[in-house]
Amino acid sequence: MKHGSSSPIILLLSRVISPYIMLFGMYVVFHGHYSPGGGFQGGAMLAASILLIRIAVEEKVHQMHFKRTLGIPLGAVGVLVFFGTGLISLLLGGYFLDYHLLPIPWLEAPDLRNAGILIIEVGVGLAVMTILVSIYDNLLEDDDV
Amino acid sequence: MKIANYVSLIAFSALLIYASLGLPYRGDAEALVNKETSLIGSPVASSYYIKNAYRDTHTPNIVTTVLGDYRSFDTLGEEVVIFAAGMICFLLLRREKKSETRQQ
Repeated sequence: MKHGSSSPIILLLSRVISPYIMLFGMYVVFHGHYSPGGGFQGGAMLAASILLIRIAVEEKVHQMHFKRTLGIPLGAVGVLVFFGTGLISLLLGGYFLDYHLLPIPWLEAPDLRNAGILIIEVGVGLAVMTILVSIYDNLLEDDDV
Repeated sequence: MKIANYVSLIAFSALLIYASLGLPYRGDAEALVNKETSLIGSPVASSYYIKNAYRDTHTPNIVTTVLGDYRSFDTLGEEVVIFAAGMICFLLLRREKKSETRQQ
């Protein structure tokens, strides 16, 4: 399959829209405490903004945007952020994923749980974004790569 | 054959719609899942979440609290499933240059 469009309209429009989709995806990830949203939904929107660039521009340019080889490792980082958050509280004497034992000294227990939820949401968002992009890359890899 | 398909489809839809009429309304305080104690007298989890979610986590969104704190094992499992799906796509669909040369 040939990537990239020769039409300047599609190129310009996708370049304009993509950052706003990414910004709104980050808003959905980080505002999940107060409104509908969270890691999964926000990660899907971040992946949508990257995939829009992937569809619109040619291979050389979108590999500068987000490298194909970064997909799986960053997804593993996202899973490890989640798992490591649970493991830290396990090592500090509590239960697995019991956030009120996280080593942030200036926060009380309820705020620590708030922070723990935020950390795991960021991990989930990172993993979902990179894995979706990685699946797209592996499905539509060019023959001459 | 086509008529049988449509008849079975309509019959099944009618069955599902009829079954959905018996569901409790959203937020119904008298529904069994929203009561404080179940039929046998044990405490129900959802009333605990509604009462204590803000006190426990200082997070106004109860859904996020349940997803990220009370039921975080489940969320970890979901994330691992997504990662496994990506790994499987990578392992099955990536292009292997060496194996192609071996076949020739």
